[in-house]
Amino acid sequence: MGKLIIDGIETEAAPSKTVLEVARELGIKIPTLCSHPSLPPYGSCRICVVEAIWKGRSKLHTACTFPAWEGEIRTDSEPVRRLRRNILELMLAEAPEAEDIRALAREFGVEQTRFPVREEKENKKCIMCGLCVRVCQDVVGFAAIGFENRGYRREIAAPFREPSDACTACGACSFVCPTGAIDRRLFAKVEPKPIPSEFDQGTTSRPCIYTPFPQAVPNKPVIDTRNCVYFKNGNCQVCAKVCVPRAVDYEQQDEVLEEEVGAIVVATGFDLFDMKTYGSYGLHRHPDVMSGLDFERLLSASGPTKGEVRRPSDGKVPKRVIFVKCAGSRDAEQGMPYCSKVCCMYSAKHAILYKHRVPDGEALVFYIDVRTAGKDFEEFYKRATDEGVNYVRGKVSKVFRRGDKMVVWGSDTISGRKLEVEADLVVLATAMVPDRSALELARMLKIQHNAHGFFTEAHPKLRPVETATAGFYLAGAAQGPKDIPETVAQASAAASKVLELFSRKELTHDPNVAAVDEDLCSGCGICVDVCPYKARELIERKDGKGWVIKVTEVLCEGCGACSAACPVGACQQANLKDKQIEQMARAGLQD
Amino acid sequence: MSGQFEPKIAGFFCKWCTSAGADLAGTTRLKYPPNVIPVTMFCSSRVDPQYILQAFRDGADGVIIGGCHPGDCHYQAGNYKTMKRIILVKRLMQQMSIDEGRLRLEWISAAEGGKFARIIHEFTEEIRNLGPLQLAQAVAPGHGAKG
Repeated sequence: MGKLIIDGIETEAAPSKTVLEVARELGIKIPTLCSHPSLPPYGSCRICVVEAIWKGRSKLHTACTFPAWEGEIRTDSEPVRRLRRNILELMLAEAPEAEDIRALAREFGVEQTRFPVREEKENKKCIMCGLCVRVCQDVVGFAAIGFENRGYRREIAAPFREPSDACTACGACSFVCPTGAIDRRLFAKVEPKPIPSEFDQGTTSRPCIYTPFPQAVPNKPVIDTRNCVYFKNGNCQVCAKVCVPRAVDYEQQDEVLEEEVGAIVVATGFDLFDMKTYGSYGLHRHPDVMSGLDFERLLSASGPTKGEVRRPSDGKVPKRVIFVKCAGSRDAEQGMPYCSKVCCMYSAKHAILYKHRVPDGEALVFYIDVRTAGKDFEEFYKRATDEGVNYVRGKVSKVFRRGDKMVVWGSDTISGRKLEVEADLVVLATAMVPDRSALELARMLKIQHNAHGFFTEAHPKLRPVETATAGFYLAGAAQGPKDIPETVAQASAAASKVLELFSRKELTHDPNVAAVDEDLCSGCGICVDVCPYKARELIERKDGKGWVIKVTEVLCEGCGACSAACPVGACQQANLKDKQIEQMARAGLQD
Repeated sequence: MSGQFEPKIAGFFCKWCTSAGADLAGTTRLKYPPNVIPVTMFCSSRVDPQYILQAFRDGADGVIIGGCHPGDCHYQAGNYKTMKRIILVKRLMQQMSIDEGRLRLEWISAAEGGKFARIIHEFTEEIRNLGPLQLAQAVAPGHGAKG
């Protein structure tokens, strides 16, 4: 194999690759416009032109289509630069409004074009590279757009220049277009439907292949099979083509893993109260009314606005933000009767962070009580008020839009006045409710929960991380509203309870297991059908005369169903014999 | 109590749901009549029909059995067994001329302290209206199902 020299750098010739690929591997920059990793080279824009010294002769050739044969390539020689300048002048004449082409031309010292601009051409940004047409046809597989006319009158268009049903507004064409020349409305009848990002609370969109959130474990992308083009029509597969380690596997299936475990920690967390009963607060109706969790994303450096506080409706920086606490909490009539516990502190945090981001902005907090029962919590609340956050004691009755402002009606119970305050953004501290799937899980695991669906601990003071059922432990907001430090403390306690269970040499079992009085047992077998744990079986008597029941004590959970079913009283639960229970009731019934 | 009839009621409650519900009624300081004498069982399916009849014989004017809601049984399906059993016990009671209303089966979960208090109220009133159980009369020869 011979040598290939690119701009003086020597490398192995590799005829199966193109000069462009080899140059990129070497870190040599060659400008491209019509090239895309998901498509084979096409050579239509010509901007990647290089000078090939081959068999003693110099020749100008597009790098994207020229095999990396042995020889010499110059990517930045004078003939190359001259030709690129010419190409850029032609492009400027073709697409005078394309900013990206102007910028590229300036890099090569081209400010003006000597060629006449074709005024009748409609799209003055399009350089006619055809990448959009190729993507639509070869990648997405729709072929909704194509070239029309010939020669200098050629343009990109949908058939008959009318929006068609073939176009699904997937946006692949505008995504790949090097000059931003695509106007999707000319092609599609439908409006594009962005996929809302779950992590950003729907405030941004996400692709079909995405990492669920920045700190996801494992931090690997997943494919949304409901929206992915490949799962719809078998096309695209761009992600697989661009992935260098070839990690994208469309054949992977969801797996159900069965594991045998000795203990289960239930930590299903919380959801937000859906605020359906609070129509007057306007959540989900006005974009500028949001939940605390939405605002948390808005403040985050990885959030939809990269941490700048901008309201969703018009992107303006809100100059007054009103925080409404107890939105759904401590309201037995419309919401939840309990206190959600974390809102006081996160509202104070939100208000402080907002004041840091928007120093001339005003933060106003409506509250019933400020509950700061936690280490350093009161000091934090004090800091919020010191930094200029205004606290108004009173509930909010209504939030509505007036012009481009949100208007909040509330009361100030300290001065005894009704208030009407205009704000740019309203943040509701919505109540915490148990995760919506928790009840189903509770039924499956047979663990108790309270009327709101929070799991019940075995004892509110003495066994706060265990459930009444052996082997099940609780952690976090699944058990009740709590903040991160408390959740971590409870989770650590649950983990050590599990370790305590596992480190025992022997497991203890409730002593109330069923036993059989063999003298009385008639061997009828009724109890065998009644036992839910298969702890009972009929065996032949030792003397060979008839049958008798044998109990496997480890399997018995002590429900006593067998005892109640036994027609002759042969089956008795240890320490809970029929006579004992009858005596208990009798003792209570005596005068 | 000025001469008002105070019924005696035996209660057989399962440990996981109804007894826990009773505890909740207590810890939330709900008021309900003291007429029910509760006996905690592991499961409502532990209630042998014999206990019910024995309770009537021992002077109970009513018997209430509490279990988990269908599908919530700690022992998978104990409450279904109870449900079927109680139908048969009621038929037996008919034959003995004991009013069916003196036996009640209720599903009360650990979260339903309020429901527990309400049911105990209701049932106590019902039994009060039925009056004392005249068992000697009910099962005496010449009375009841035999005719």
